[in-house]
This record gives sequence, structure tokens and C-alpha cells, in this order.
Amino acid sequence: MADVLTRNNVTVAGRPDGQPMVFAHGFGCDQNMWRFVTPAFEGDYRIVLFDLVGLGGSDWSAYDPARYGSLAGYADDVLEISRALELTDIVFVGHSVSSMIGALAAVEEPERFARLVMVGPSPRYINDSDYAGGFSLTDIEGLLESLDSNYLGWSAATAPAIMGNSDRPELGTELTNSFCRTDPDIARHFARVTFRSDNRADLPEVRTPTLILQCSEDVIAPDPVGEYVHRAIDRSTLVRLRATGHCPNLSAPEETIAAIRSFL
Amino acid sequence: MSDDAPPDPAAVADDSEALYEDAPSGALVTLADGTIVRVNRTLLRWLGRPPEDVLCRPFRELLAPGDRIYYETHYAPLLLMQHEVSGVAVTLVCADGSGVPCMISSMLRPAEQDRPAAILTTLFEATDRRTYEQELLRARKGARAAEERAHALARSLQQSLLPPALPDVPGLDVAAAYHPVGQGLDVGGDFYDVFEMATGTWALLVGDVSGKGAAAAGVTAAARYAARGAAVRSTMPSDVLRAVNRALLRDGSDHYCTMCYVAVRAVDEGGVRLVLSSGGHPLPLRVRRDGGIEGVGSPGTALGLLDEVTLHDDEVILAPGDALIVYTDGVTDGRRGDAFFGEERLFGALDELRGAPVSVIATSLVDRVVGFQEGWPRDDVAVVALMPRP
Repeated sequence: MADVLTRNNVTVAGRPDGQPMVFAHGFGCDQNMWRFVTPAFEGDYRIVLFDLVGLGGSDWSAYDPARYGSLAGYADDVLEISRALELTDIVFVGHSVSSMIGALAAVEEPERFARLVMVGPSPRYINDSDYAGGFSLTDIEGLLESLDSNYLGWSAATAPAIMGNSDRPELGTELTNSFCRTDPDIARHFARVTFRSDNRADLPEVRTPTLILQCSEDVIAPDPVGEYVHRAIDRSTLVRLRATGHCPNLSAPEETIAAIRSFL
Repeated sequence: MSDDAPPDPAAVADDSEALYEDAPSGALVTLADGTIVRVNRTLLRWLGRPPEDVLCRPFRELLAPGDRIYYETHYAPLLLMQHEVSGVAVTLVCADGSGVPCMISSMLRPAEQDRPAAILTTLFEATDRRTYEQELLRARKGARAAEERAHALARSLQQSLLPPALPDVPGLDVAAAYHPVGQGLDVGGDFYDVFEMATGTWALLVGDVSGKGAAAAGVTAAARYAARGAAVRSTMPSDVLRAVNRALLRDGSDHYCTMCYVAVRAVDEGGVRLVLSSGGHPLPLRVRRDGGIEGVGSPGTALGLLDEVTLHDDEVILAPGDALIVYTDGVTDGRRGDAFFGEERLFGALDELRGAPVSVIATSLVDRVVGFQEGWPRDDVAVVALMPRP
């Protein structure tokens, strides 16, 4: 059991006897993405945060391209974490691609999940004949090149600590860019898996009540995609946020918190 | 007299507007959501756009599509979390469709009473830098591929130097176990062989060539073939080793080898009679069924070093239940910090494994030696075990 919790860098906070809220970060960063959101729920819920294998503080050596060749591998990890912590009645909050990971987990073991919250979900990013995912294959190739060219994804050298950032004292000496740290090979593989995924067929199987938070002008998960997810999941509610961009959990935490609270 | 007062430096220092507008780098100010509220002349010039095409648009629209995804999933979140990001490579898309490779850095200034949060971004034109980086990336990929090919070659070479399976020797159970030095990415020097010299007479040899790599591999092959060839002509183990010595000296390589050669003389219900000779090699051990462990044979000179070598032939009897263990110094020389695996551990292991089948003895012993070195042995490890068949 300890292995799973270490493997995924699981942190538990909040009320030990509270209903579990599991927060899953999306492509690009790690569980720190939720730092402005989770404090609002710590009083009432048991907060569980984790890193996807290959990102953040997870065990990168556990990254098996075969297991994580599809989102199902990550969904299995979520279920393993849930079993290890004996979580039931789970509120699963997934950002971006982790919305789909949550959906897959909830389809696999529906009795474990009470609610799903999807922040900026997309079941498929690449355009199809009658589906506008938002991206072409060339766009995704461009992303892979971007990943190759950028030091954020490179871990070999130790990043310098943020020094004297007086307006963010709470960051202290956290390593610069540590939230988006990963191994370049893992980054490439995960990018491929995420952006070439197609989970449209899984959505109708989701029976768990689902909240979809749709941002305005989110290029990663645009409006029509949010609509698609809403139509495909029977028991879903779509809430349009005023926040723009793809990370309302960071750019508009209060609005995000309020929307989730209303739903729960 | 004309007024030629010198130009006033303050006139330049005070002109911050010019510094901003015509700076050698692009500069812009956006709201926290990325909406561009100010853009300098330099950036507009790079983009080939008038200000009205850029102002009030989201910053990400200036980037190539792949970079937009990167910006939304990495850059923007980092900026929101730590308020600064620097040195990220992106490509700007110009009005004419061409791309300008840039390095960008941003700083988020939090909201204050009288004004909203703002992001200040500078862009450095980095075409040459990008070309250089791409060359480096290409070279790195090429180097990785070459390294992988070399490892594959080493692995297959190593495999070809060891017998894929040991033959069935009448009346004897024989087993071998082997682990290459390090991670098996290079060719090591240990080798062993079991073969029929003439109909019904069998021999076993275990050897260790100094060094690693392709040259050592060559000496390994030479030693094996020299031994096999000599075995046809001569039944005395010391003669076989002398022939190997001559062959290695003839080849003139810098590598030498140690070798132990064991010839099977007779097999009956009473046990097995062996004659063996050791050339600089750790003496084989006879593990007696009734409890003793002793080295057998006599030390001799290593092969491939000197014209004149001292070698002995010694007879060894294995009673039923006895085992003969021939090993390489990778066993006793196994290292963990300052400690060696050594003879004491070796004898201890053989004590514990007494009575086990030869395959278990060989594999177990190698596993223990490799495990002692935490999976990363500093030399090849090879063990051959033989026992009269019950």
C-alpha cells in the first residue's frame, strides 16, 4: 500500500473523517495546481492530492510506457490509490485530461464515486470528420517540438530556487519551475497519449453525477467540446465560468470553488 | 561664439519611452488573462503588424499552434503559481506567415488597489540560438542511437562468446551461471565451455580474460578455440593450457587470461575421476557431501604473459554427492563499499547450498554475488558447478 502512495506522491489533508475529495492535475504540471482551491474544502472534506506517474514528485522510474500508453493506466492508478486509502463516496475533481481519467475510473468502479467534477475536459483533442476537438495533427507535432525545446521539461540540471520573491513569500525556496518538472521522454510520451486520446465512446457510460466547468476562450477545451461532453454524459451539469484560459483553478480560484461548492 | 555646450546625458537617460519602444527586444504588457494592453515598436516590427491588430488580442494568438498549447499548459500555470517564468522557447507567427524563434520571459505583477494584475513579457529574437539548439538536439539523438546500437552489439557479442546451452555429459550434472559486469552494456572477459574432446571424453574450461570490450572479446574467442584444438591432440590439461598460452603470445595482444581446464577421466557408481590444471585461475572448490570444502589443484601461471609457464595436472575424485565448483574472480572480488564478497562468504554460500542441484548452486551463487554488489557487479561473474549424476 505504501508503494502506491509513494509512487504517486499522494498527500492527504483536511478532515480525516470527511468525504474524500480527490484532486487530479492535468497535462503539464502537478498537484500544486490545486493550491488555491483545496484550502476552501479542507474544513469539510478529506482532501487527497496526487501526481500522475512521470510528473511532479511521483516516482518517475515507475513510468511504464506500456501501462501509460493510454489513459486507462492512469485510471487504474486512481483506483489503486482509492483502494490503498480505502476511499469510497469519492468526489473526483479532474483538470483537463484528468477529467477523462476520472471518467474512466468511475466507469470501472462506479460504486466508489459519488460525484465527478471536470475542469476544462476534452474527450478528444484532434479534429475528426464531424467533431471539432480544436487541433490538427500538425498542431500536436508542434507541441512535441515545443516540449523538446524547453527547459521546463528537463530535469537533469537542478533548477535554481526562486530568490527573494517578496510578493510570494509562501513559495519560500521551492525550486523554480518545479511544478512543471518532468523527464523529457516522459513528457513526449504523455503528450502523445493525451493529445491523441479518444474517449468519446466512454462518456455515455458515465453514470456518476458530473459537473463540467467550461472556461471562456479555452483553446485547449473550447466551448463546443464542453457542450459535447455535457450532451454525452447523462447526469451532467454544465457551468460556464467567466474565467478565461485553461486553468481556472489557478487564474480564478474563487469562481472555481464557488461552482464546485454549489454542485456538492 | 556659437553655443556648443556638450549634449546632456540626462536627455538620453530620461527618454524611457524610447528605451521601451525601440528596445532590442520585444516587450508587451498583458492583463492576467493574457489580453495585450501594450506592445512595443520592436515587436510590432517583427510581427509585421500594426498596433490595432495586436492590442486587445490574447498573447497566445501570437504563437505557433503547438506553442499555444505549451503556453496554456505550462507557461501560464507557472506564471500564476510562481509569478515569473523565464527563458522559454516559442515561435512567433508573423503577418506574412513566417515564424520568428524567440525566448520569452514574463513577470506577473499582482493587482493593487488602483490597478489590476499585469504580466510584463520580454521576447528575445533567437534564430541563431534556436538553430544551435536544434543542432545539439539532433546530435544528442544521434549519439543516443549510436550508443544503443553499441549496447546491442555488445550484448549479442557477449552471447556469442558463451555456449547457449551446456551439452548433456553422460554421468555428470553440469550447470553454469553468468552475469556480465555492470549492466551488461559492454563485453566482459569471463567465459566457459563444456565440450567433448574425443568420443566419450569430456572437458570443461572456465576462463577470465583481462579487460573488457572488443579486444578482450577477441582474446576470449582465441583462448576458447585454442583450447578446443589442443584438447583434440592432448589429454593432459596442462598441455592444453600451454597451447592456449602459446596461441595468446602469438596473437600478441595486450590481454592475458586465467583459465582452469578440467578433463573427465572416468565415471562410475563410485563417482567421477577428474584431472585438472589451473593457469593463474582461482582454484576450483570441492564441496564434499559430508561437510568439507577445499580448493583442489595447484596454482599455475596465467596465460598469455610469459613464454615459460608453470602448470600442474592434479587428479580429483568426486564421490556421489560431492560437487566441483569452478568460478572466476568476479565472485570473490565482488565489492560492496570497502568489503569484498571474499572466500568466507563463498564458502558460507556453498555450505548452505550443499546437496542442492547444480543449477541451483550455480544460479544462487551468482545471484548472491550480484546482489551483494546491489545489482551492479564490478566484474563478470561466472560459476560452473558439476556433480556426479545420482
